[in-house]
Amino acid sequence: MSIIKTEHQPRLSAAVNRIQPSGIRRFFDLASSMDNIISLGVGEPDFSTPWNIREASIHSLERGVTSYTANAGLLELRAAISKYLLERFGVDYHPESEVIVTVGASEGIDLALRAIVDPGDEVLIVEPCFVSYAPLVSLAGGIPVPVPTSIDKNFEIDENDLKERLTSKTKALMLSFPNNPTGAVMGKEGLAKVAEVVKDHNLVVLSDEIYAELTYDGDHTSFPSIEGMKERTILISGFSKSYAMTGWRIGYLTAPKPYAEAMLKIHQYAMMCASTMAQYAALEAMTNGREEMEEMIISYRQRRNYFVKSVKEIGLTCHSPGGAFYAFPSIAETGLSSEEFAEQLLLDQKVAVVPGHVFGAGGEGHIRCSYAASMEQLEEAIDRIGAFLKKLNESKG
Amino acid sequence: MNEKERELLSLIEKEGRMKEESLAKMLDTPTDEVAAMLKSLEKRKVILGYSALIDWSKTDIAETVTAMIDVKVTPKRGVGFDEVAERIYRFKEVKALYLMSGTYDLSVSIEGRSMSDIAQFVSEKLSTLDSVISTTTHFQLKKYKHDGVIFGQDEEGDHRMVVSP
Repeated sequence: MSIIKTEHQPRLSAAVNRIQPSGIRRFFDLASSMDNIISLGVGEPDFSTPWNIREASIHSLERGVTSYTANAGLLELRAAISKYLLERFGVDYHPESEVIVTVGASEGIDLALRAIVDPGDEVLIVEPCFVSYAPLVSLAGGIPVPVPTSIDKNFEIDENDLKERLTSKTKALMLSFPNNPTGAVMGKEGLAKVAEVVKDHNLVVLSDEIYAELTYDGDHTSFPSIEGMKERTILISGFSKSYAMTGWRIGYLTAPKPYAEAMLKIHQYAMMCASTMAQYAALEAMTNGREEMEEMIISYRQRRNYFVKSVKEIGLTCHSPGGAFYAFPSIAETGLSSEEFAEQLLLDQKVAVVPGHVFGAGGEGHIRCSYAASMEQLEEAIDRIGAFLKKLNESKG
Repeated sequence: MNEKERELLSLIEKEGRMKEESLAKMLDTPTDEVAAMLKSLEKRKVILGYSALIDWSKTDIAETVTAMIDVKVTPKRGVGFDEVAERIYRFKEVKALYLMSGTYDLSVSIEGRSMSDIAQFVSEKLSTLDSVISTTTHFQLKKYKHDGVIFGQDEEGDHRMVVSP
């Protein structure tokens, strides 16, 4: 066997070397190598995209609509998004200058950070949270500053924790409610207190509201709907979770014109536009998708009720998650770290969950369980986790 | 009928075999209350029964033949279509019967062991009823979807990655 010798040593950027691969990766590899596992580790809906949405996209292909769209996306789609946000959450964005259709909410997060972060700027990140926020802040040259939340306060933000972390370099606050992985939601009152801090310190807010529709015990409050917040907020959302469209990679950003224009500059050079067939699918979702989405939401709520009650019955402490499709029970009492717990549970009972520490500060001592699985799987998973806990207790004597 | 009952019904319409304890948790209601609701709904004949949806073509039991028959009848003064409908639905071969708008009156769904079984039923039992003017028989060739459930290959399995953020 001959080894090709090369003179070239990889010349990677310091920025990319600074960030770590996602902690989820290891679990993915481990779980993928096993058969017959029940997975509560999936961060996406268990429904397929409703047929009318898929069919609309097929129709667009049949008509040969395969060219670029405007950089910001089809105007028709932007108008539908604008109308939806106004009617549903009372936030008003101009379709022509304040809405950008993105390649999933993930691109939206990246665009927003790149548009506002200068080297050395600090961005407050409310944790536990989605795994991409801190790495994307770093890539944009900023410094992620975690603001932990905890089960004692239902994973809501305490404004004093925010204040403690403010410095002269703090530029922005990254919010995400309903939250992945905790399922926490924040009502108008709590958010208004956050808004006070934001206003006093002239922060920009990035509000990731991708799970807004998946709110079960009341109405979702959109952060820009709070007085004085629209002018300083970039709203990030999309179709993945509410319409079961994760694989389409289609989302949107809304922001006041100066922010939207800045983000559009990056988007037009880096992405040109979101995929055209996905935009037609999204347009159908906005126009005729409500009814089927509501059915899915009822189903998530029922499974949330089932799972949270059951997980408490088998002996874990769990707050009541008001949104998304995750429960975030505490496993601290077992004496295991979340990584040990998740790994042993997987090997012993073939149930995959995600250890909480991968979601940042405040996540250690918890596991993320997605209840976007069939009732049959959830019932079986509860039995197996119960058996695992019993074993742990017995071995402790 | 209250909100909880409606939610219970739409749940068990799809998942008839779900355990009462699970139903209770999903509805955020005590188990004995759910049991009482089910009893009451059964008593009020809102819930008429519980049955399994079976794809017989996958068993070794000989498949039955199903036909949909469009029937034109003469309604009778005072009882309308109800009298003849009752005479038809009492035959055990009749699996479903609907009064329809449009060019015919009754839609009869019949199951038999063979086409000749059904032909015999139509010619001897159905067509000979006094009120029946005409019948048009359509045989089912293949069942794609029934009661909201797709039959045959399920190509929409779970394609998700086992762990994702």
